[in-house]
Amino acid sequence: MEKTVLEEIIYRQGAQRDRLLPILQDVVEQQNFLTEGDMLHIANLLQISAAEVYGTASFYSFLPLNRKGKYMIRLCKSIIAKMKGSDQVLAAITDQLGIKPGETTADGVFSLELVNDIGWSDREPAMLINDKVFTDLDPVKVTHILTNYLKQASTQAFVTNLSTN
Amino acid sequence: METMTNTSTVRKTDLIFGRSLDTLTLLRNAMQRDKDGLIQELIDSGLRGRGGAGFPTGLKWKFAKGAPGNKKYIICNADEGEPGTFKDRVILEKAADKVFAGMGLCGWLTGATKGFIYLRNEYIWMRNHILAQMNDMNEAFRQMKLDFSIGLKMGSGAYVCGEETALIESMESKRGEPRNKPPFPAIAGYEDKPTVVNNVETWVYALLISYIGADVFAAYGTEQSTGSKLFSVSGDTPKPGVYELEMGMKLSDFVAEFGDGDTKSVQVGGASGFCVPRRKFDQVIIGFEGIPTGGSMMLFNSHRSMYHVLHNFLEFFMEESCGQCTPCRVGCQQLLLGIEAVKSKTKPAQYLDTLMEFTETMRLASKCGLGQSVGNAFNSIVNEFYEEMIY
Amino acid sequence: MKTVRLTIDKKVVEVQAGKTILDAARIAGIHIPTLCHHPDLCVAGNCRVCVVEQVGVRTLQASCAVPVSDGMEIITNSAKVQQARRHILELLLSEHRSDCVNCYKNNHCELQDLAAKYIFTPATLIPLPALQHYTIDSSSPSIIKDDSKCIRCQRCVRTCTQLQHVTALTVSHKGHEQKISTFMDKPLNDVVCTNCGQCVNRCPTGALTERNYIQEVWDALLDPNTHVVVQTAPAVRVALGEELGFDVGERVTGKMVSALKTLGFDSVLDTDFTADLTIMEEGTELLTRLKAVLTEKADAGTLLPMTTSCSPGWIKFIEHKFPDYLTNVSSCKSPQQMFGALAKTYYARKRKLNPAKIVSVSIMPCTAKKYEADRPEMRSSGFKDVDYVLTTRELARMIKMAGIDFMSLPDQEHDSLMGESSGAAVIFGATGGVMEAALRTAYELVTGREVPFANLDIKPVRGMEGVREANITIEGCLPEWSFLEGVELKLAVAHGLTNAWEVMQAVKQGKAEFHFIEVMACPGGCLGGGGQPIPTNSEIRLKRAQAIYEEDAGKHIRKSHENPEVLALYKDFLEAPMSHKSHELLHTYYIERHCN
Repeated sequence: MEKTVLEEIIYRQGAQRDRLLPILQDVVEQQNFLTEGDMLHIANLLQISAAEVYGTASFYSFLPLNRKGKYMIRLCKSIIAKMKGSDQVLAAITDQLGIKPGETTADGVFSLELVNDIGWSDREPAMLINDKVFTDLDPVKVTHILTNYLKQASTQAFVTNLSTN
Repeated sequence: METMTNTSTVRKTDLIFGRSLDTLTLLRNAMQRDKDGLIQELIDSGLRGRGGAGFPTGLKWKFAKGAPGNKKYIICNADEGEPGTFKDRVILEKAADKVFAGMGLCGWLTGATKGFIYLRNEYIWMRNHILAQMNDMNEAFRQMKLDFSIGLKMGSGAYVCGEETALIESMESKRGEPRNKPPFPAIAGYEDKPTVVNNVETWVYALLISYIGADVFAAYGTEQSTGSKLFSVSGDTPKPGVYELEMGMKLSDFVAEFGDGDTKSVQVGGASGFCVPRRKFDQVIIGFEGIPTGGSMMLFNSHRSMYHVLHNFLEFFMEESCGQCTPCRVGCQQLLLGIEAVKSKTKPAQYLDTLMEFTETMRLASKCGLGQSVGNAFNSIVNEFYEEMIY
Repeated sequence: MKTVRLTIDKKVVEVQAGKTILDAARIAGIHIPTLCHHPDLCVAGNCRVCVVEQVGVRTLQASCAVPVSDGMEIITNSAKVQQARRHILELLLSEHRSDCVNCYKNNHCELQDLAAKYIFTPATLIPLPALQHYTIDSSSPSIIKDDSKCIRCQRCVRTCTQLQHVTALTVSHKGHEQKISTFMDKPLNDVVCTNCGQCVNRCPTGALTERNYIQEVWDALLDPNTHVVVQTAPAVRVALGEELGFDVGERVTGKMVSALKTLGFDSVLDTDFTADLTIMEEGTELLTRLKAVLTEKADAGTLLPMTTSCSPGWIKFIEHKFPDYLTNVSSCKSPQQMFGALAKTYYARKRKLNPAKIVSVSIMPCTAKKYEADRPEMRSSGFKDVDYVLTTRELARMIKMAGIDFMSLPDQEHDSLMGESSGAAVIFGATGGVMEAALRTAYELVTGREVPFANLDIKPVRGMEGVREANITIEGCLPEWSFLEGVELKLAVAHGLTNAWEVMQAVKQGKAEFHFIEVMACPGGCLGGGGQPIPTNSEIRLKRAQAIYEEDAGKHIRKSHENPEVLALYKDFLEAPMSHKSHELLHTYYIERHCN
């Protein structure tokens, strides 16, 4: 993350040790992951060691430490999800995007992870994409949802390209 | 929902969602009462924590009130991560104000001026809703001159942070590793100050009891499991969802009501609970005198492989263990490796008995409830579905 | 003081309130095994080896973490406890690459000790998959980290974080992926590790060990074409005996020299010699800085306070954490490195030896010295000044390997030319020793009188308190030093890097106006170094300190500037302290490093 943007987050939360987790969360909310440089800079400004930042961040499943895409898909893998067909939903995602759990699409748009119970056992299969939840999934529905995200991503890229040309 | 027959013990109640009670009125009335008297009322009601651990709520509040120090904290544990549990999600969607009012009441009773809701990151989609409800309630506190305000802290994806001391560590921006107990949070919790940590549902019931009284509450349920509770029902059932039912029902009645006619087993209490096979449904009471639950009730019919169920649970624990203590960190891995080895015939069936000895050590020597509970599912599924582990 | 009454194994015990069950058991003489517990560190309560049964409680209690209460009934050896203990050890062993026969810590391993006591049936559990793809980090010249031997007791993390404030190590991830890591799991040599080795001192297994150079030194000794010289650090002689049958705190100087001669070293010389030399150089440097600030009005901030520079763990610490203060560090090399530079120049010339054929070995209580010897700038002689550094532990091993009956060895003296030393030199091994040695010389140089302390024992700078401060007013100066007349010298001594950090923070914030600060990276000073015999605790370090001061008191010469071999060195070779030659061989520079 750009240093000035990162610093804005740090100073907004407070450059103290006890604000570390909210700072890490804010960075991940904007960027979907933490880079080595992000963690070093946070360590410097909070005056704690980089190892401590790394040790804290690596504990939490929703604070990825390797590069993730613009849209982080988290598909639930609980036993109820499996019973309701999450494997077929997963296969549909892999068919459409060409990635398996743990991977990111080459264009950096989507990342996929399997996660434990997300609190929707009554409406499985369910998934999170960034800060939105999608329930009652099936292969058709999930394809439709991802297509919308793809459109959104390409529109934004189109707009960004327009403004730089 | 009507009861199936008039002998069924599955009785629906409507304390939380059924009545249109004005939350602020409830709070204002409660704050007219004698503090010690109100705490005693809570104790007399027999209300026990609704998150799964089941500690007597009134007693917890009493300890916190009596703890020395003028800085105390009230925390709502909204880390709902037990597989098959989603009732807190529904409470927060529909009755967050009652949760916050319950916290305010506790603040008033114990002298705490600051509260937090620790919301799991998986519920980030409801964050704006929670913030709005929270800000409204904080404004209401100001208006009624109650020196108490609530803030929001998000989790970051760690089931173990549902354990109260791990939750507190996470709130302090550390790894969510459970602490040594004693000291208990009511004496030294968040920032080492007296802290009351209660589940979402517990806050609502505590507020309601201040209105309906201990006797009315205790008239529901059984002597050891008073009152009612929200259950989250899922799996092989025609009616998945959240239901408020009296505590102490017979599992057989529950299955009759919620099963699909072919129920083979019910996992009571999530992955850290017990699996009850069909032949024992009529022997089990859902409550503290039988098998307690934080609300999770997962039904499996005869098409389901209990080996896959157990495998799923063990993989869950292996990933979600904080990793601190030996019995849990290594034990969870050994249990998973063990059932795979027996299934693939690289270990004999008797190895499962060896592993059940290890779960006893996990139960006795693990540092927190996570490690202590892994053996519940393991033992019950292995014992009751032995053949499915082997063939 | 409130006391608590409890029973342990039916024995009534009365202890202070606030003590743990483990404390109470020890007072009652009842043994409870432990693993993650360490007397120098805060309580962890994670290994669960120390669990005991408490009557009336469902779960077993971790005795290291649970405070005693009135009426508590503890059973330490019930069937439940026995089964739990055995299971926990079996679980640990399944997570551990048990290769004892080939392991460096064979016979020195706490896990092995526990297994020997409590395990006597074949393993039933499955070795964890992680053991099939482990990494051994041997990037550092000082410390080797073998994750496959780690039992996650976290002693190393608590040491690195709380005791040393370095925090190169952390616990990362969770569940089955939980491990002890560096930042982003980088090699130790690429992070803030100071090589102090305190983690090595406390690791119960072979997960963290020193990088040993035993074979390299044997090869040199057995090579007829090499001339192998060895220097012995002050703190080695009061601890080496612990590995070879002596009690803690027994001095074995004479036998140490004897053993080294028997091993085949061509010349057994003394780091204490260059410790005296360091005092000459550093004392002069301090006075030069004081003169610059007090008379020439030079920029005080960059010159004072001056800190000592003989602790390489401290050097790397300040390079990482306080790079703005590198000009404040004395430019003097450590005694080890001064020796190395002289061995292949002065010594070679005097003994008419080809320096290319000299192998320079040092015996150190320290792991950071291995890193120091490897620093690229440490080649003033034209060759690598110190070729190999052996810790006290490695020397003990070599003595055993050679079949030497250490206890029966006669006492021998160090060889000459670079083997003579004063009492001021030997106290370098204790925290406060460098300060005291410097004062004995500097004060006399400036006033012409001995330091005003009985027997030259400057007690105010001695002791085990983390940070000690002392002031000395200089009066009655010789004409040449008149600028110091009436000046109150403010001195500080810190040991353990957490205390070093506190002092430097105070300096940085302008809250402390010291002229001279002695910093030792290790608790207790070098006597508690990362290369010393294991175990370590405050009692042991205190006994070693007492031995060091006894050695000093018994010395014929007590002050560095009266060491005849040092005086000869200046006369024949260096000319004077801070001379051009001295600068070339005995002084160095420091490097700004990333802070993480």
